[in-house]
Amino acid sequence: MSNYIKLIALGLVTLFAMIGTNYARDLAYQVHAIIVMLVAGGLFLYTLRHTGGAKQAAGSQQNEYFDSVVRAGVIATAFWGVVGFLVGTFIAFQLAFPVLNFEWAQGFANFGRLRPLHTSAVIFAFGGNALIATSFYVVQRTSAARLWGGNLAWFVFWGYQLFIVLAATGYLFGGTQSKEYAEPEWHVDLWLTIVWVAYLAVFLGTVIKRKEPHIYVANWFYLAFIVTVAMLHLVNNMTIPVSIWGSKSVIVWSGVQDAMVQWWYGHNAVGFFLTAGFLGMMYYFVPKQAERPVFSYKLSIIHFWALIFLYIWAGPHHLHYTALPDWASTLGMVFSIVLWMPSWGGMINGLMTLSGAWDKLRTDPVIRMMVISIGFYGMSTFEGPMMSIRAVNSLSHYTDWTIGHVHSGALGWNGMITFGALYFLVPVLWKRERLYSLSLVSWHFWLATIGIILYAASMWVTGIMEGLMWREVDANGFLVNSFADTVAAKFPMYVVRGLGGVMFLSGALIMCYNLWMTVRKAPAKEASLTVAVPAE
Amino acid sequence: MEIYTLLREFADSWMLLFLFVFFMGIVAWAFRPGSTKVYEDTASIPFRHVDAPAPVEGEATPAADKEART
Repeated sequence: MSNYIKLIALGLVTLFAMIGTNYARDLAYQVHAIIVMLVAGGLFLYTLRHTGGAKQAAGSQQNEYFDSVVRAGVIATAFWGVVGFLVGTFIAFQLAFPVLNFEWAQGFANFGRLRPLHTSAVIFAFGGNALIATSFYVVQRTSAARLWGGNLAWFVFWGYQLFIVLAATGYLFGGTQSKEYAEPEWHVDLWLTIVWVAYLAVFLGTVIKRKEPHIYVANWFYLAFIVTVAMLHLVNNMTIPVSIWGSKSVIVWSGVQDAMVQWWYGHNAVGFFLTAGFLGMMYYFVPKQAERPVFSYKLSIIHFWALIFLYIWAGPHHLHYTALPDWASTLGMVFSIVLWMPSWGGMINGLMTLSGAWDKLRTDPVIRMMVISIGFYGMSTFEGPMMSIRAVNSLSHYTDWTIGHVHSGALGWNGMITFGALYFLVPVLWKRERLYSLSLVSWHFWLATIGIILYAASMWVTGIMEGLMWREVDANGFLVNSFADTVAAKFPMYVVRGLGGVMFLSGALIMCYNLWMTVRKAPAKEASLTVAVPAE
Repeated sequence: MEIYTLLREFADSWMLLFLFVFFMGIVAWAFRPGSTKVYEDTASIPFRHVDAPAPVEGEATPAADKEART
């Protein structure tokens, strides 16, 4: 019965997309209509072939975890990671060598089109898949229950991949609402909303049917991430489409309210997507890899509530010296500075989890990766509040310092903790005894670390230099440098930044090879996984 | 009174007080007597049920019982 409803729905969607392909007012919408038509049409045929036959054995697999979707998520994370890093490295060289904005690809592959592709690919495709996969893994283990909702988890996974493809093609073909980190247009936003509600249902359903009396702290962070991102997404994308056959839409907020909503969204994308969600990863994978419980559970509770109470207010620091009233940007600045405390509380909690096991840093490159990610977390959450101070911001804003700050957080904290989680997950999910090669993990570790350092250091230099050049005035009060002077002065640092990107990318490629070989070559784990083997 | 002013006054008086008291309540609750014992158990959640969910009531799967408890 449910298959017939599915067939009707898929048929209608296919038909709608066909009409959309014909009536599309712009290229991005037309491309999306074709993608949706192919996906929905393909699913229609697939469902049709599986309708009316023998019912599949509906064996309740409640006594095992739903890990196939996590495995798919791990593969997707590694894949989108490499794609995102590759695009990032390319656009870094586009900035250094503008000739790479090829004439034949103007309007599709120039910096302006590729830049949102890079940010969305690394944040939402790489980071998002990492969050979905690890949250599905962690919530099952810490709730001692199988994922709720059966194949709904597969819908979340594939629905999210479709969102990524729609978003990415939209940027290349010019469908963007030009809001940072919220570029996808209204029709893509609607699809993400559906997927996200399903995600929330799966996660919350699993938490509700948990067998553990307590909800482990990692799940609190994951839940905060899912709920807050839903709220941010809805408020920042309140748009009215110009036409149902076109991607252009108009936001209901106007002027400075729109700017404030955008940066409330933008900063909490950092605070809840890239921080709260990844802290959920930290609170599970660091204790697992260190083989000891988190340093202080009390601190983790205070960390959670302090973080979510404070982060939501920090957005206005993106709008210093704008039309936003001073009291609002001061409020954002004060809350950003207060955020130092929960951020560093969480960092201390993560690092001190290793107390008594510091020797593992020498022998286990995976824990080394996790520790340096927490280190970068501490560093960028120190730098961020400092940059939010109005006086510092007057120097740093609109310069490359901001880009350096973002990357020490994104590459250092989000990237490294995700790599650590992937190195932990692949042997477990594919039932291998160990990773294929620890020395390759070390190679990845050093390539990535040195790459980030090159990146951050060159951006500090070029950012502060450019900020100082912009404000330099001569004795008569005239500006000394033209904008082009600063661009010319930045060239060497841009090359260094590009090289840092190459190193980070090659580290990720080594990781993919290592994980592939782990699945292919590493010795399989003993068949009876359930027999306890004492570690010592 | 204008709705903006009304909300603004409410936000920086009663709502602020509520959020602050709520937060202090959480801190006090985390340090309540006996919490250390509870949290020791909670903090060790990642180390059990690693390979299979807890058995559903009524059907005994021996697997979960044998798992190492750290």
